[in-house]
Amino acid sequence: MALSHSVNMQVRNIHKGFGAFKALDGVSLDIAAGELVCLLGPSGCGKTTLLRCIAGLERQDSGSIVIGARDVSELPPQARDYGILFQSYALFPNLTVEQNIGYGLHGDGRATIKARVAEMLELVGLLGSEKKYPGQLSGGQQQRVALARALAPAPSLLLLDEPMSALDARVREHLCGELRELQKRLGITTLMVTHNQDEAMLMADRIAVINHGRVEQYASPQEIYRSPASPFVAEFVGQGNWLPFERSTDGHAQVGDISLRLPTLLSGDARGRLFCRPESVVVNPSVHEDNLFSAQMREMTFLGNRCRLRFELDALPGHSLLAELAPEAMPRLNGADIWVALPPRSLQVFA
Amino acid sequence: MNIAAAPYRRQAPADLADRLFVRGGQWLLLLLLMLTVLLPLLAMLWRGFAGDASQGGGLTAAATLYSSANFRWLLGNSLKVSLTVALIVVPLAYAFAYALQRTCIVAKPLWRGISLLPLLAPSMLPGIALIYLFGNQGVLRGLIADNIYGFWGIVIGQAIYTFPHALMVLLSALALADARLFDAASSMGASPWRAFRSITWSGSRQGVFAALCLVFTLCITDFGVPVVVGGDYQVLALEAYKAVVGQQQFGRGALIGLVLLLPALLSFSVDLWLRRRQRDAMSGRAQVYHPQPSLNRDLAFLAITVLICLALLGVFGMAIYSSLVKFWPYNLSLALDHYAFSELPGGWLAYRNSLLLAVCSALFGSVVIFTGAYLIEKTRQTVLTQALRLLSFVPMAVPGLVFGLGYVFFFNQPHNPLNGLYGTLTLLVLCTIAHFFTTAQMTAAAALRQLDGEFEAAALSLKVPLVRHFLRVTVPICLPALLDIIRYLFVSAMTTVSAAIFLYSPDSVLAAVAVLNMDDAGNVGGAAAMSTLILLTSAGVSLLLAGLSHGLLRRSQAWRQPAPGH
Repeated sequence: MALSHSVNMQVRNIHKGFGAFKALDGVSLDIAAGELVCLLGPSGCGKTTLLRCIAGLERQDSGSIVIGARDVSELPPQARDYGILFQSYALFPNLTVEQNIGYGLHGDGRATIKARVAEMLELVGLLGSEKKYPGQLSGGQQQRVALARALAPAPSLLLLDEPMSALDARVREHLCGELRELQKRLGITTLMVTHNQDEAMLMADRIAVINHGRVEQYASPQEIYRSPASPFVAEFVGQGNWLPFERSTDGHAQVGDISLRLPTLLSGDARGRLFCRPESVVVNPSVHEDNLFSAQMREMTFLGNRCRLRFELDALPGHSLLAELAPEAMPRLNGADIWVALPPRSLQVFA
Repeated sequence: MNIAAAPYRRQAPADLADRLFVRGGQWLLLLLLMLTVLLPLLAMLWRGFAGDASQGGGLTAAATLYSSANFRWLLGNSLKVSLTVALIVVPLAYAFAYALQRTCIVAKPLWRGISLLPLLAPSMLPGIALIYLFGNQGVLRGLIADNIYGFWGIVIGQAIYTFPHALMVLLSALALADARLFDAASSMGASPWRAFRSITWSGSRQGVFAALCLVFTLCITDFGVPVVVGGDYQVLALEAYKAVVGQQQFGRGALIGLVLLLPALLSFSVDLWLRRRQRDAMSGRAQVYHPQPSLNRDLAFLAITVLICLALLGVFGMAIYSSLVKFWPYNLSLALDHYAFSELPGGWLAYRNSLLLAVCSALFGSVVIFTGAYLIEKTRQTVLTQALRLLSFVPMAVPGLVFGLGYVFFFNQPHNPLNGLYGTLTLLVLCTIAHFFTTAQMTAAAALRQLDGEFEAAALSLKVPLVRHFLRVTVPICLPALLDIIRYLFVSAMTTVSAAIFLYSPDSVLAAVAVLNMDDAGNVGGAAAMSTLILLTSAGVSLLLAGLSHGLLRRSQAWRQPAPGH
């Protein structure tokens, strides 16, 4: 596969405002050649605006965009050399699948275009649908046609704007996997916008979590999940428990009446919040663990592959916390009185 | 397989052609709208208030005119007639529209077709028919105590002329209803009357107001009906026409034109304001309401519908019949004598001119307006597109009479380099396109807004020039709307008289103008014949285009069907 064609991309300090509203507030990203990067964030965070700036559909107020070795900041969309897959797919309803895919291939000979279209149809597994109209295809098939159309002129960059949101939840995961596999095979540098963390986790090499027009964290999915860089990232990706604390004189964290040991001794801010993922809470441990406290179980939800437990620490009544454990661990529970451990290595400190 | 192969990459950007198409097109449209809309209107303002006193212009003349008893009499007459027509037509049109949209009466397309007849003929035709029906030698003369000439003649004639206009507004106001609201009302035990008041009426009263405004404005600026059946009952629009055409009192004409512009501007802005307030009345999740049969209701509305249609057919049938009668009322044998137009200078020239005008206006107008709407709707929004949006709304607020006056004042200026256009068919084509710009533009914009907003972005990312994309994707998808615009412009050009009356020369005389002139000269039979010709031409072309559109939809059924659920 022609990986040599892949290009990298740099986005430098992009600012974009709509009136008084700052949609993008100094965004910078480096994307390596062949990498798939997800822009993840809640709606209105600016991720789509960033994508549209890169596509040249919006003009940034300041900042630069370099694709490969070319500074495209001031270029119109036609001169930027990218393919884009829209949320709505934007397939032209009056053109057949074949004509849609060949839409960007003008200027070449008829035979060349036909061969290229066939090549693309084979790539997305839709051979035989040449003469159909988009209206006669299912949502998943439409997405594949749109992808084939975007890739047909061999762009150096692929942009995906919420590509899965028009699809059923059931086919979504399957198509995510397919799309990722295809992207890896082609080695095409790809930027994808999504508000769905599962999609981002499934597909991305790196995720840029965006909030209020700023990049909160730009890292691999594992790192984003294990060590979120800000409370926003911690909250937005996955679930978590928050415990407000005050720094005790010996550098431990004082939460209510209890003292928690942390991986390192505290210095700096006198108060803050501790963050802990539900699955790292240990319930009724068989061996001794640090930070072991008695608690009351309030509720138990069975989620198939795991169980979710809602509990309150006896020392901290009224403050609900979550734990998740494998169903095999269930027999260890009997009655509402439980012991929970918050291992020091799983606790993260935020201001 | 080398997927990312290089031969398909295109480095030469197509953006120069795009910029030429978008910016060039927008500036051209701006120039066109300036020349054909804004400057003529400004010229009229200037003529009215700063013009030559010997032509009845200037501030002193304005003060004298507006305070004269004669002006107040004319104004009073105009207001009385227009208000009466509006109050008669709108309730009838509401009942008719309700029958078509919310009941289960039979043969709806037939009633709809008949109700639109008055759109296909010049406004003089109902007046001419009334003369044959109720005039001094009319077939039904005995039915009315008084003479038809005067107040009631104008009212009935204008009621017929404005009926389809009101009907179209109300049809769209009653077109969509949310079935869930009716279900909720009946589950709460509301009577049908209560449900009508709280759901149907509150959803359509803005349309009723718009229809009232439209009818009022059409009546107060129309002089086709008053000139035929007005008799001694004078109205303002007629006075403006006589001042300019008969007495060369351009200033006086401009001053009256300005008065006639007021109700149009007023109702237009109120309508716009109301529309903005009532934007999201129909939510996306609404379920379309389908009326259930109800014998009594359906019969009652069928009766109303049939009565109105019979009245319209009677009037139009009478006009056609009278055009075939040899010598009314003494020799009732049928012949085509009136269709020779022997007394008309140029004979059939007027009809040929009208046909040429209609074809040119429809073809050039639809291309300019549709392309213009595309350049406004589907490009980056700038100050220029905003200005174009605003300017394209102006013609709707300006009555044809005022338009024509403005054209006289602007293009008849000896200093104007475009002076050579005055009196030519070219200027009449420009005037027709400008006069009917807004409605056509709104049709185009509505069709364009239904297209996915990302189509252009997709085309750009594929490096396809915008012109190519416009011709290959946008135009084919919007072809039905485009045909609609062509039909509207053709029929409007065929029937309009209000603006054209000021702009023709002996060489560029139009059929509708000839109707007016023949009627003025006492040749009512010839006027009826010419009106009938216009009616038949408009109807023929409308049917032709409707057939074309139908065939087109059938051929493209493969891709026009709604997409299956995802």
